[in-house]
Amino acid sequence: MSARAARDRSRTGRVSPRDLLGLGVFGLRTRPTRVVLSALGIAIGIAAMIAVVGISSSSQAALDRVLAGLGTNLLQVQPGQSFSGDTVPLPEDTVPVLQRRDDVDEAAGIGRVAGQNVYRNDRVPAGASGGISLDAVQGDLQSVLRAETVSGTWFGAASSDLPQVVLGATAAATLGIDEVRPTTRIWIAGRWVAVAGILAPLPLAPELDSSAFVPATGAEAQFGFDGHPTQVYARADPESVTAVRDLLARAVNPADPRGVSVSRPSDALAAQQATEASFTGLLLGIGGVALLVGGIGVANTMVITVLERRAEVGVRRALGARRRHIRDQFLVESLLLSLLGGTAGVLIGGAVTAVFAVSQGWPVVVPVWAVGGGLAATVVIGGLSGLYPASRAARIPPTSALAAV
Amino acid sequence: MSASTTVTGVDEAARASSPPGTGGDEIVLELTGVTKRYGDLAALDDADLVVRRGEFVAVVGPSGSGKSTMLNVMGTLDRPTEGTVRVAGRDIGELSDDDVSRLRADHIGFVFQHFHLAAGATATENVADGLLYAGVPRRERVSRARVALEKVGLGHRLDHRPHELSGGEKQRVAIARAIVGEPTLLLADEPTGALDSTSGAAVLQLLHDLNAGGTTIVVITHDLALAASLPRRVHVRDGVVSAAPPPAGGAATQSAGVAS
Repeated sequence: MSARAARDRSRTGRVSPRDLLGLGVFGLRTRPTRVVLSALGIAIGIAAMIAVVGISSSSQAALDRVLAGLGTNLLQVQPGQSFSGDTVPLPEDTVPVLQRRDDVDEAAGIGRVAGQNVYRNDRVPAGASGGISLDAVQGDLQSVLRAETVSGTWFGAASSDLPQVVLGATAAATLGIDEVRPTTRIWIAGRWVAVAGILAPLPLAPELDSSAFVPATGAEAQFGFDGHPTQVYARADPESVTAVRDLLARAVNPADPRGVSVSRPSDALAAQQATEASFTGLLLGIGGVALLVGGIGVANTMVITVLERRAEVGVRRALGARRRHIRDQFLVESLLLSLLGGTAGVLIGGAVTAVFAVSQGWPVVVPVWAVGGGLAATVVIGGLSGLYPASRAARIPPTSALAAV
Repeated sequence: MSASTTVTGVDEAARASSPPGTGGDEIVLELTGVTKRYGDLAALDDADLVVRRGEFVAVVGPSGSGKSTMLNVMGTLDRPTEGTVRVAGRDIGELSDDDVSRLRADHIGFVFQHFHLAAGATATENVADGLLYAGVPRRERVSRARVALEKVGLGHRLDHRPHELSGGEKQRVAIARAIVGEPTLLLADEPTGALDSTSGAAVLQLLHDLNAGGTTIVVITHDLALAASLPRRVHVRDGVVSAAPPPAGGAATQSAGVAS
């Protein structure tokens, strides 16, 4: 026995992981159609789960981005109802009272002016008011709501003798005004009013998008404003938003705290998100079922593969393969098949998420845990699906190569 | 019962101490009183056979004679119901399934009638597979596979896949796969059975060349003419092994001689 042969003999029976991988890849490479079809089941399951998680995460990220920009410390104060069911107006000094509190950073409000309509010009019939409300602004509403102007400015230095108005996004669209020029003016309460600016939509106060804003100062004389705010917005100290929320009603109206309603607009958005989360759970379940069916498909494919390859197993046994080598070969093949489907699923799911998120204007977020979890699931599925076929292959007798024709 | 075949008087000491490479009387394969039963049917009945290093033996018999069973037993693919099988000095009966696999990887090369090559793999890859379970690193497997292919005259077909090869060429690849591990014993099952006569003759010539180079070969065949061309013949009929052709069995040359 030569020296080389002697060294070889001592290593007999060792099949490196890389060789096993090569065997698995080869086994799949020579049966491409079957591989694609059976990996497809896994791919669909994983893609469904990744897309569901990805879309939900992207939506969450979009909301988080909005909330980060707007802040979650905004509190909204509005008139509540008394015992008798009447609406209790907010006290006239609500805004200054809130502004004086230490736990409130800033506060502003609007008072809806009843009975006044807003028109594009003086020739529009009185009935065609377009549902635009006239709101008198107390305090720095733009700052409190983080309102952006898409055109013009918030109430600036008076550029003309006319009173000024700022339009909400919907109100501006209704009036057909998309840009502010020095000459832009509208008709309110029988007088011309200069348009100073147009606001972007207000995510935390969508009820104000169809409003036309005028300063409270002067509104009493010009438009008949009664001095009572109807919506007040306060920025609470971020550390104690919940506590402040509980205190505000009494602070605003010590005599009748029940007549004051306090809410937190960011809660509404979060609640909406929670509703979507339960829907996400359902879709995940459906994806899980698809994954299970895909796993059964892989097991089925592997069983058939083993049946077809008795001769190959026989040849390998004749070449010196142990039962373990045969079992490992088919197990690796099953794992690869499953992993291939899983990888394709992750890519498809990611692509679906990206397309959907971009079309919604959301950031694209595919959580790493979802990708890792998806791939881990496919490994588990591949292992389980391959276990039975592989152990069957390992039991094929070595004489099969000779018996086969 | 059988007429016991050929050679007797196995010298234990000689077998154990026979130094490598000196050839001659080193026993490579030894069947002693081997019986294989399937249910009530004895496919092989009390067979004895000794094959020494460097021999070229034909195991010949009609289909159903038990020669396939004999091949399975000789190749350690199946275990006998009774009797002992020794390959390269090791008693199969004492070995576990893993050890027998290891013995095959180290000592036995198989050539099949229907080649059994991997369809999508090149000639080199197919031949390299012959070393896969012998623990040879990949790079070395490939280089040794090339050498083996050149040895069987396929140096120009290294990267061809089986469907690009003729039947004779496929069988040469299969032979290369069987010899790439330098086996102690090469077992060929009807190696020319699926080939036309020209290719068959070429494959047979290749086996003769390998034998001349020192490879111990046992060919299982039903082809009396092929058997007649080999130095030594062992006849199998109804599970019984004999050195001479059975009386009823046709015209083949008799006198099973001991080779070398």
